[in-house]
Amino acid sequence: MSRIIGIDLGTTNSLVAYVDEETGLPRVIPDAEGRMLLPSVVAFTPAGILVGEAAKRQLARRPQSTVYSVKRFMGRGYEDVKDELRYFPFAIRPADGIVRLAVGGHEVTPPEVSAVILRSLKERAEGHFGEPLEKAVITVPAYFNDSQRQATRDAGRIAGLDVVRIVNEPTAASLAYGLHRLREGVVAVYDLGGGTFDISILRVKDGIFEVLATNGDTHLGGDDFDRVLMLWLLEDIQARHHRELACRPVDLGHDSEVMQELRLAAEAAKIRLSAEERTRLVIPFEDFTYHREITRAELERLVNSLVEKTLGPCRMALADAGLRPDQIDEVVLVGGSTRIPLVRRRVQELFGQTPHSQLNPDEVVALGAAVQAHILAGGITNMLLLDVTPLSLGIETLGGVVSVLIARNTTIPTSAREMFTTSVDGQTVVDMHVVQGERELAKDCRSLARFELRGVDPMPAGMPKIEVTFLIDANGILNVTAKELRTGKAASIEVKPTYGLSETDVGRMVEESFQYAEADVEARMLIEVRNEADTVMTHVRRALKQAGDLVSAEERQRVTAALEALARARETSEPDLIRETTTELNRATEHLAEVMMDTALRQALGSQRAAEIMAGGVERGEHPPAQGNQ
Amino acid sequence: MNYFEVFGLPRRLGIDVAELQRQFYELSRRYHPDFHAGAPPDEQASALDASARLNAAYRTLRDPVARIEYLVRLEEGRETKEGAAVKAQAPPELLEEMFEIQEALAEAKAGGLDEGTRATLRAQRERLRERLREADAKLAGPLSAAWDAADDSGRPKLRELLKQGLATRAYLKTVIEDLGQALGEEEGTGEHVAHHRH
Repeated sequence: MSRIIGIDLGTTNSLVAYVDEETGLPRVIPDAEGRMLLPSVVAFTPAGILVGEAAKRQLARRPQSTVYSVKRFMGRGYEDVKDELRYFPFAIRPADGIVRLAVGGHEVTPPEVSAVILRSLKERAEGHFGEPLEKAVITVPAYFNDSQRQATRDAGRIAGLDVVRIVNEPTAASLAYGLHRLREGVVAVYDLGGGTFDISILRVKDGIFEVLATNGDTHLGGDDFDRVLMLWLLEDIQARHHRELACRPVDLGHDSEVMQELRLAAEAAKIRLSAEERTRLVIPFEDFTYHREITRAELERLVNSLVEKTLGPCRMALADAGLRPDQIDEVVLVGGSTRIPLVRRRVQELFGQTPHSQLNPDEVVALGAAVQAHILAGGITNMLLLDVTPLSLGIETLGGVVSVLIARNTTIPTSAREMFTTSVDGQTVVDMHVVQGERELAKDCRSLARFELRGVDPMPAGMPKIEVTFLIDANGILNVTAKELRTGKAASIEVKPTYGLSETDVGRMVEESFQYAEADVEARMLIEVRNEADTVMTHVRRALKQAGDLVSAEERQRVTAALEALARARETSEPDLIRETTTELNRATEHLAEVMMDTALRQALGSQRAAEIMAGGVERGEHPPAQGNQ
Repeated sequence: MNYFEVFGLPRRLGIDVAELQRQFYELSRRYHPDFHAGAPPDEQASALDASARLNAAYRTLRDPVARIEYLVRLEEGRETKEGAAVKAQAPPELLEEMFEIQEALAEAKAGGLDEGTRATLRAQRERLRERLREADAKLAGPLSAAWDAADDSGRPKLRELLKQGLATRAYLKTVIEDLGQALGEEEGTGEHVAHHRH
């Protein structure tokens, strides 16, 4: 079998990995600059599409056309996500079925956005191997329902990939550990990522990885932590700077550029607080600079209830596996959010043992996907993953009650058969409504699809005997087939996915994907240098307004001249010229930046040493002009 | 191929679960679609079917009660479909107690529950749980052993006893869950809320 790559399509970052034939070990493939993580951010610009770092860098400047955390929208409907839409800068139109994003002048669906990320990873791998690649294993949260899995598979197809397997993230992680050092016994994998939470409990024995139970929340992760901190910062800024803010034309909370900067600053501060007890935020605005020290304890108070929310699913999974916490031999942490000390403490309290994360929690899922890919390619024969379906599958019966056909935590593949007949004489079409979930009424469960059995021979009511087989394959995806038992002929089925793309949609998108292809290298470079120029210019204008009177008139003039030169260069189509002029502007503002930083820090800190603070405070979007081109 | 045949086992209720697991892992290595990913489509399809049947067989046979339900259906030549093999039925010796519980439940539905009634219902639920454990132990223990030991002439009677046992446990489970619902303390353990009622 040809080479198969493993892809972790994450909420915040995505990675691609493969198993090295020589060592037999999985490796993440870095990009040209040596970076392992591809930020899951896609920007739709007039000149083309940007993905990854390049897209993320311009998030705060073009929030309306830059999509991040799209995984939260995969396989979902407008009703599911409308409550959190106000936190996202891009527009989502109310419509039936699948979520549609309006960005950069056209409408895209979440699978199309994910496809851009997948295509970029595919190209990265192709560059690495120097040959075209088609087959991939893609990971999804274990608690993803059928629609979310289908959406992921559709994304792969749109990206030109043959998705040979959808594999669950925590189980993929266990495979990566299995290759390295997992002992035999019962393992709990606690996976808290950027947008989703999973808990899986597995028995590892004789190379078999048997999942006993899984549970989770597909809408709980680092994004939510960032959001509570961001809202807290917003409130604090509004309280402490209400006088400066009074003259702003737009309310701070409705200024999507500011909100994006706050979000990125909150994320950076959260990350720093995993290693440090306290950290300082410095966020420059047009006419003031916001300073704030925040301690780990303060962050913990803010996110505590979110961390608590992960414990219920853990207890459910334990109960479903028929195990007590003390019967777990090992607890493994996966996902970037498990770096948060509070998360580690809570997990430790629940399981009564120290959890570990010896493999990099950002990379372990991709490594596991590569291992699963290698198993499918025939490269590994002594390991086998037996996974489960996370949610009960049923059909709606009379009175809207669900009849369960396949219970949650059933080992997959699995199938169930059900007999259907007609209720009216001469009826030729039979409807079925398939749902997923644990509630008794169909309306409280997740609607997956409506199936229409067509071509039933007209007979008196109750006479036709149609046997319908519901098969959940090893991807956790439902396949439905039907047979008329009297005639033995297969009945034709039309599937209407409730929150998914139809076959025709996907086919069209595969074609269109070439049209929307990522901007070519030259165009991309131009976009990037222009973006960079814009960022630097914004910062310099802001700095001049805020601190212009702290330097000499002569210096001010020099800076203004350099600024105007860049504004002119930016309009040309010459990347080199724009880049050089940007560097010149940066050079011209070095002194201004120092003065500004010094003053700001002195004001804020009194006696503390400025250098110490600068080391912690100047990451990401909140940097002063001199750092603009880092 | 029935579930016993999948594992090459005789149609008996006494099963060594550790050995069953070992066999399940071994057969999974043979049938799981992962090991047939490079095969032609029809071979892939048959691996998928075999693997799905193996998983169903293991799930059914590893659990003593599910094993009995399956065997009863098999003996009666009914469709090999999962779910309850028998209708829930109140055990005669419990009828009076059940009547009281049903009354309390109806009351709970109509109005609130006072603390006294709650305590009574909780105690009743605990007693019923104990009975359920007893019923299961009897099914999996002496009744299963008797079935395995019986010859063709003794089996019809034992089959009726097994069915009675299953009907009793199905009934107990439903009442325990109803009590849980009325108390607002639904069983968060393994049991599926949506499962039992149809």
